Amino acid sequence: MWTWFYKLASPPYVFGVAASFRPWLFGAAALAIGYGLIAGLGFAPPDYQQGDAFRIIYVHVPAAIMSVTVYTVMAAASAVALIWRIKVGHAVAAASAPIGASLTLLALVTGSLWGKPMWGTYWAWDPRLTSELILLFLYVGVMSLRSAFEDPAQGDRAAALLAVVGVVNVPIVHFSVVWWNSLHQGATIVTLEGPKMPGSMLWPLLSMWLGFMLFYGAVLCIRVQGEVLNRERQSAWVREAIKS
Amino acid sequence: MTVSAWQAFWLIVQREMRLSFRRPEQLLQPLVFFLIVTTLFPLGLSLQLSLLRDIAPGVLWVAALLSALLSLDFLFKSDADDGTLEQLALSGHGLTLIVAAKTLAHWLVTGLALVVVSPIVGTALGIPIEAFATMLLSLALGTLTLSWLGAIGAGLTIGLRRGNVLLSLIVLPLATPLLIFGAAATERAVSGTSVAGALYFLAALCVFTCTLAPFAAAAALRITME
Amino acid sequence: MSSFWSMGGYARYVWPCFGITGVVLLWNLWAARRSLNAARLKVARALAMAASEAQ
Repeated sequence: MWTWFYKLASPPYVFGVAASFRPWLFGAAALAIGYGLIAGLGFAPPDYQQGDAFRIIYVHVPAAIMSVTVYTVMAAASAVALIWRIKVGHAVAAASAPIGASLTLLALVTGSLWGKPMWGTYWAWDPRLTSELILLFLYVGVMSLRSAFEDPAQGDRAAALLAVVGVVNVPIVHFSVVWWNSLHQGATIVTLEGPKMPGSMLWPLLSMWLGFMLFYGAVLCIRVQGEVLNRERQSAWVREAIKS
Repeated sequence: MTVSAWQAFWLIVQREMRLSFRRPEQLLQPLVFFLIVTTLFPLGLSLQLSLLRDIAPGVLWVAALLSALLSLDFLFKSDADDGTLEQLALSGHGLTLIVAAKTLAHWLVTGLALVVVSPIVGTALGIPIEAFATMLLSLALGTLTLSWLGAIGAGLTIGLRRGNVLLSLIVLPLATPLLIFGAAATERAVSGTSVAGALYFLAALCVFTCTLAPFAAAAALRITME
Repeated sequence: MSSFWSMGGYARYVWPCFGITGVVLLWNLWAARRSLNAARLKVARALAMAASEAQ
């Protein structure tokens, strides 16, 4: 039953899986994002408090959720690589880092642009914004550490350890709006009473979230292919793989 | 003759402290740095003492953070350079214990020194005497936590070119909760409101870090020492 | 239709957000493909060198 899991430890298998999943993930992402944009920009009614400015939610929230999700994936892959010495884990972690960093930056920028009409300021040192900024620094730290070592395998392991240590920040980002009285809005989708948003506003958001998730998967496939090739340069299967 | 783990721990602590005192510049430099940085702010801002009081907790803590980063340099470096670290690792007492002992000794000669000097700096920045107890306690907890966090960063960056910059890049994001709560505790003490919450949180951070960091730092050393 | 473009007066916040999002997503796509091509090239070069050395 677990053979699919064991197969994932094999670099050539992962390379092949990534290559074949790519187009499907991109297609599905395009559909989900397409629907989300059209429904969110064109058909969702304007918010009674924020007017049309609320539509920024359709890019800000998915980016923010993904910034944290990608870090968690990176940390999990790093842990797998460190504990069980499965090199594919390092490939996934290295591939995820730049994607996650760019999404964190996107979340910060779109959040800032949303903050100006909503709170009157482009920035505030409130817990969620601060912890999201720290997340960006952690991504940069992991990427810098990896590239600082001459031996790439050593760099992988050092960066993996840092990624795992930094995962402490992830619950802080998520729960910051619960633990502190913060400027940033609290939970509106996943609450005990169900989502606090009407359907016409919620569905495009969920679709954008799904689309971003699928997009991450697709881009991850491309990057993982490259990362696996780099780490398995000496192996025989690589000769066949680069011809494709 | 074999030595128990506890004895080994204290032997290493003593060794570290003895070595540190033989090279006093290593201890004095971060301390002097701390004093200089904290004086830069009043000079640069030329505020009255009563206004300086508002920014004093933050200034104190940022200076402590930067000075701690500076001192982390010699936590593992000299031992790594001459091979002692490898010998210690092979000694059979476990790298975690060795790292814990070295870090504790490091804090005793750097962080604790900062805490002792802080009343002078606090007065220079206008922090009232009533706030000193909180300031001392929060700095003690904070610098201890910083030494532990720094041990992880130092372990990951030994022997790298521009390792210092990377060390800061790694340690500072992890240290920001510390900075926020430490400065908040001192600030609350200055303004007279309840400090209990912030201090409890600082203590929790300290305990959390002290228990987990030695393992992470030892793992880091194992990675970089190969 | 013009109310769509003006976004109820918030156009200068809303449209840059979507624009930057597009840029970031496209960058991800472009950078990923570039890294994969670079990896392929490196491997091809390494294999070619190994082959020529073996002769």
